[in-house]
Amino acid sequence: MNVVPLILGIVILASAGTALSLQNIVRSVLLLVLSWFGIAAFYLWAGAEFAAFAQALVYGGAVSMVVLFAVLLTRRGHLDTAVPPPPPGRLLGALLAGGAVAGVIAATVIRTPFASSSDEIPVLAVRRLGTLLMGPHAAALLVTGVLLTAALLGAVVIAAGAKDDKEGAP
Amino acid sequence: MTAGATEPDSWLERLPLIARDLVTGRLPGPWRWIAESLIAIAVVFAVFGLLFAFLTLAERKVLGRIQNRPGPNRAGWGGILQPFADGIKMLTKEDIVPRTADPVLHFLAPVALVCFSLLSLAVIPYGRHLAPLDLDSGVLYFFAAGASSELAVFMAGWAGRNKYSLLAAMRALAQLISYELPLLLSLVPVVMLAGTLSPSGIVAAQSGWSAGFIPHWHILTPWGFAGFAIFMVAALAEANRSPFDLPEAESELIAGHLTEYSGFKYALFFMAEYFAMCALSGMAVTLFLGGWHAPAAALQFIPSYAWFAIKILVLLLGFIWIRATLPRLRIDQLMRLAWKFLLPLALINLLTAAFWHLSAGWGAGAQPLRWGLGLAFVAIPFFIIGRRLSSGLGPRTYRYAAP
Amino acid sequence: MLGTGIFKGLAVTAKNFAGSFHDPARFVTTQYPEERTVLPENYRNFPFLVTEDDKDPMGTLRCVACQICEKECPPQCIYIEKSRDKKPDAAGKMQLYPAVFDIDVSVCMSCQICVEVCPFDAIKMDHEFEIATSNRFQPLLLDRGQLAKSNGYFRQIHPTEAAEVDARLAAGRKAAEEKAAAAAKPPPPARQEVQTKPATERPDPPAGGITTEA
Repeated sequence: MNVVPLILGIVILASAGTALSLQNIVRSVLLLVLSWFGIAAFYLWAGAEFAAFAQALVYGGAVSMVVLFAVLLTRRGHLDTAVPPPPPGRLLGALLAGGAVAGVIAATVIRTPFASSSDEIPVLAVRRLGTLLMGPHAAALLVTGVLLTAALLGAVVIAAGAKDDKEGAP
Repeated sequence: MTAGATEPDSWLERLPLIARDLVTGRLPGPWRWIAESLIAIAVVFAVFGLLFAFLTLAERKVLGRIQNRPGPNRAGWGGILQPFADGIKMLTKEDIVPRTADPVLHFLAPVALVCFSLLSLAVIPYGRHLAPLDLDSGVLYFFAAGASSELAVFMAGWAGRNKYSLLAAMRALAQLISYELPLLLSLVPVVMLAGTLSPSGIVAAQSGWSAGFIPHWHILTPWGFAGFAIFMVAALAEANRSPFDLPEAESELIAGHLTEYSGFKYALFFMAEYFAMCALSGMAVTLFLGGWHAPAAALQFIPSYAWFAIKILVLLLGFIWIRATLPRLRIDQLMRLAWKFLLPLALINLLTAAFWHLSAGWGAGAQPLRWGLGLAFVAIPFFIIGRRLSSGLGPRTYRYAAP
Repeated sequence: MLGTGIFKGLAVTAKNFAGSFHDPARFVTTQYPEERTVLPENYRNFPFLVTEDDKDPMGTLRCVACQICEKECPPQCIYIEKSRDKKPDAAGKMQLYPAVFDIDVSVCMSCQICVEVCPFDAIKMDHEFEIATSNRFQPLLLDRGQLAKSNGYFRQIHPTEAAEVDARLAAGRKAAEEKAAAAAKPPPPARQEVQTKPATERPDPPAGGITTEA
């Protein structure tokens, strides 16, 4: 069944690549969102249901909104004006940076000892995920939780504290 | 589909399975699975499509009766063919795409919206053996599908190249995102106490009756009652239903993000809204109202899917009732309600549920104390936050000009 | 307490819903066209011409073609052509009558000015509103045959107004008869000492030959 990850990989990379090359920025954002959904589909194929749905919920439902709002609120004028082609120095820098990241990821992937295709794929139940998160990985979970809670409480405080003079008036 | 059950099974309960096996019984292995899935999809389409049609009619007639008038009663006996008349009208209307609109997005938006709403209907357990998809993290899947539909709202507002519908789409998005938080936080206690993200597991955790007639539904606990209330308010806002229908009200920027749509695409938007309403009601029934369980042990002869249908219809009629009663909220009132009222209450509800969970082992003598503390945890923040938020508002006083 | 307003509102709507099935005060729709509301007497839609006698509608129109309504009509929707001859009216006087009396009801704005200015109570407002046609030109130009309706019909739709008009017209006719009878009597004998001039009053037209119809 190696066709499925191949197709998914093509979809993810193609939509991300097209997103980079389009002039219309809103269409590129939507193609990027498509590639995120492709990643979620990949997780689903790999059997990580929880990660897939969390990816869809967080990226497709929330991060995409953040990106779209940022694009729309900070732009004035037409959104698909052609940008001038980048100078060659920038292109070289991009290739170097991208190549470095790709190299690191590739090296990590090659050097990780994956279990060879065994006849039994472990089904990761959410309960086991929960036990793992609360047990061996509790520190990471707590740090992330504290960070997110602080952000949420900060947002609530800012919203509650913003006393505009029209509060409560009809 | 889930197989087997621990409770006694009547032939009425197994009737849908028997019908399905009649069709797919002959097919071998993987074909059988495909055929069963296709049948499940077709049944969900058919049932919810008809429910959508008659829900529009029920809404118009109930709204009419509440407003002292009969509602549509000309098309067919008592108006029963009205939804089909509306469908024919929508199909024959001209589909106008503005010349400067983005044609791809203009076409994709309603399609994507209906797609995500339908996807979310797949994990709800409609009966003892009737969950189309029994995922281990089904609740998460449900809300992932629901959250992705916000993208379609943005696409709809953007595609028209109309700055007013774009503004309205952004307001609609702000509403949707703001109410995601209380929605999700209100069901975290349910997951916590049921111990599973799977909807069938949550329904199974609400089985049984005390004294034969008091069910163990989550709504009949303090935290469950508060959670249900918060969930329903947030569900009203997620489905863009009155009193939160600012995005699509006629007086608001014409029709908000729906301005540039006509004909069948408009009908698709409405279908998506009603599907979202039905899906959220179905999830509320699953999470808080005991799913397909009967309210009393003696009433189990009525099949489980009938109980689910009754409960979901009660919730949908409740939605219609609220629409007929409450005036629309302004965007700032709406946001204030989400961030300053529902969110703190949902967070405090988490603590209440945690307390309830930890005190599960208290003996029979301590039950009044447990209930008292639970209700106090729910009611006191409600009063305090409510009083603080409505401090500037009150009954209107009128000053009349001197005679 | 927060939320009581909402519950009170929900109770009100629930009462309306339940009441709409059995309480006529909570179900105020008239299911037209199966049921019709009773129109109030002062309801007005388009004008009609009053005739005294159903059996000879064109001969007994009260209208004498004075053309006041034609001149006063704001959108000028009335078209009148006088007749060449004269006919005796209900009181016996010889009057003209309208040979052509057309009202274009697609232009008429139901202002009732024609009714207010008519000195002969010949044109009154009708209650008829179901006059939609499939052709907006010829069928909406009503001629005098279509406009003429009897006084009995007028009494039926506008009872008080018709009673008042009938009383006034009857009184007018009675006064005219008395005047005619007084003129037909021989003059009183003149006193001997004062030679009065012979009566110079002209006799009224003979009453013979004209039947008064009620």
